[in-house]
Amino acid sequence: MSHNSESLLPSAAVAPPAPAQAAPAKATGRKRSLQQRRARAAWLLVAPALILLFAVAGWPLLRTLFYSFTDAAMDTPEEYNFVGLANYLDFADGERFGVLADPLWWQAVGNTLWFTACSVSLELFFGMLLALLMNEKFRGQGLVRAAILVPWAIPTIVTAKMWGWMFHDQYGVINDLLLRVGLIETPLAWIAEPTLSMWAVVIADVWKTVPFMALMLLAALQMIPSDLYEAARVDGATAWQRFRRITLPLIMPAMIVALIFRVMDALRVFDLIYVLTSNSEATISISGYAREQMVSFQEMGVGSAASVLVFMMVAGIAACFLWINRFSHEGKEAGQ
Amino acid sequence: MAQLTLEKLNKRYGDAAQVIKAIDLQVNSGEFVVIVGPSGCGKSTLLRMIAGLDDISGGNMYIDGTRVNDDTPSERGIGMVFQSYALYPHMSVYENMAFGLQLAKLPKDEIARRVEASARILQLEPLLKRRPKDLSGGQRQRVAIGRAIAREPKLFLFDEPLSNLDAALRVQMRMEIAALHRRLRSTIIYVTHDQVEAMTLAQRIVVLNRGNVEQVGTPLELYDHPANEFVAQFIGSPKMNLMPATLMHAGQTETILQLWNGKPLTVPIGTPASAEGTKVKLGIRPEHIEWGTVADAPYLADVLFVEHMGNETYHYLDSGKLGDPWVVRNSRRSDIAAGETVGYVLPPEHCHLFDESGNAFARHATGNGASRTPGIDAPPITFAEPMRTNALH
Repeated sequence: MSHNSESLLPSAAVAPPAPAQAAPAKATGRKRSLQQRRARAAWLLVAPALILLFAVAGWPLLRTLFYSFTDAAMDTPEEYNFVGLANYLDFADGERFGVLADPLWWQAVGNTLWFTACSVSLELFFGMLLALLMNEKFRGQGLVRAAILVPWAIPTIVTAKMWGWMFHDQYGVINDLLLRVGLIETPLAWIAEPTLSMWAVVIADVWKTVPFMALMLLAALQMIPSDLYEAARVDGATAWQRFRRITLPLIMPAMIVALIFRVMDALRVFDLIYVLTSNSEATISISGYAREQMVSFQEMGVGSAASVLVFMMVAGIAACFLWINRFSHEGKEAGQ
Repeated sequence: MAQLTLEKLNKRYGDAAQVIKAIDLQVNSGEFVVIVGPSGCGKSTLLRMIAGLDDISGGNMYIDGTRVNDDTPSERGIGMVFQSYALYPHMSVYENMAFGLQLAKLPKDEIARRVEASARILQLEPLLKRRPKDLSGGQRQRVAIGRAIAREPKLFLFDEPLSNLDAALRVQMRMEIAALHRRLRSTIIYVTHDQVEAMTLAQRIVVLNRGNVEQVGTPLELYDHPANEFVAQFIGSPKMNLMPATLMHAGQTETILQLWNGKPLTVPIGTPASAEGTKVKLGIRPEHIEWGTVADAPYLADVLFVEHMGNETYHYLDSGKLGDPWVVRNSRRSDIAAGETVGYVLPPEHCHLFDESGNAFARHATGNGASRTPGIDAPPITFAEPMRTNALH
């Protein structure tokens, strides 16, 4: 027996615990400690969710990644050869091939970023206005809050079809209105005209998703105690200063979360554009490009490569947001 | 420092409730006035009207003679401390205190000077870089006060500032606020529901009930000469006992009553122009009831229960009305137990008299003044009990 750490203790004090220590050791063999049992139970309880998540998200992602390195076709996915990174970028005879060499891909990237920037910033602006309005007490407040949700509850396809009709160059209500007001002299081809079609898509998307932004911001606004505004009034702050110096900083965390949600959604946009403007190159998004390669051209390999790029882009931007958010939090912590 | 005048100040919400009813009040320059009343009496509304956070429905409000009804809070030059402190959570202590000054576009060095000066007064200097969430309740309270001081207002408004603090801290902050007032000599209007805060802080107390001013006076005036039943019962803890009685003989300086138990009592209170047989209420504070022996004392009662506070003892006597016992407070320990029958005495010079509508008849005795003559009118006391030396704890 070597008692290195216990050598200072009288040996009589050290000796008795020895058999007592053996007993619990035996007991742990039969029975796990409470903490271990809790951990086991916790894993058991989350296991179904983890398995499901892997089946519907992890596995398809891995398969897509796998196919992106092959030349498989959509109708015969079991016949394939590995082609390395050729689906992404390849050089042959001094020419470049692959998704990253396709001007349409870059057109889609540009479209998607433009769409995301425009629609999300317009949503933020109008969502903020609506949230501030709904945060005030007025008659019929409940009705307005319920009504505001309607666009969000309508399926995207229905939204797209509806706006398609409204934007119709001959029978659409938008052209009719603009003509009556006198803003335009001849009907505009909202869907067909390349410079206008993206705006048509943005308008429809803003209409549909403003309620989401408004409700997220409203929830944050309602967390701000009203006496802060009273204190600010006593301090002499104007309405704009109260918004700028009190409201905005306090709803910023919720606003960033709402922006992350909306940006990730907007980057993956597909159905609205596909239904509203079908295969127009002026509005094609990166998801639309991936679908076109995979379904229209039956190029499973190229389509998978495009899908992987879409995934990387969305994940990368989301990670940036989270990093900025954490960074700004740490900055706040450090400032204290 | 400024003088505040309220003239027939009114507040109504729509056509419905009038929550403040034609209040007249003059607060002198440098005065510490406490507005006290039960919850829902309109005291916070009144303060918010003075602050300019709530509109004035009728009447006039003047600060130093200038009508300010339509001025914004900052134009009125007030500083306000809120019950919840209302500190800006995203700003440091310094920024909280500087916010109003920045909005007023003061030069940077002037802002720094003022913030540092008020931080020094309130010992906030080590905390200037912290955020409100990293402060204790008492520290937040001090920051809220510091924010008000930094604006160098003409008028300080406190809205129940201590109600979120624990008992020990409340006592400490109470002393700090009192010291601050002595130091700054500012005009302070302080709203509370706690009559102890009102008694300890105020130079004058305004008792508010259902939007009406019940009485205005110094703390001891209100204690010794409550104008009505409401003030009598609201000021002082435990509250004043009220006993039913009938006027037997009304006089200019003396009144003979027949108490609820048929016994007569002569009190040195004038009840001119009152008819015999009028129902009145006799009021007496818990510390003024004296013990007598069961054999000799004019009144007997069963003790319902006894509360030992350590420094004093509360005895609850059966008043015949369920749930409304009379209280006797002794400043010493007592060995009276619940269930006993005790004899007690009502010293006439400590009695208050209220008419049927609750208004007090003017008293000549001061309550704890020079007229007391222990041992002469008091019958043998069973428990050595110099309670009168402890009229105010």
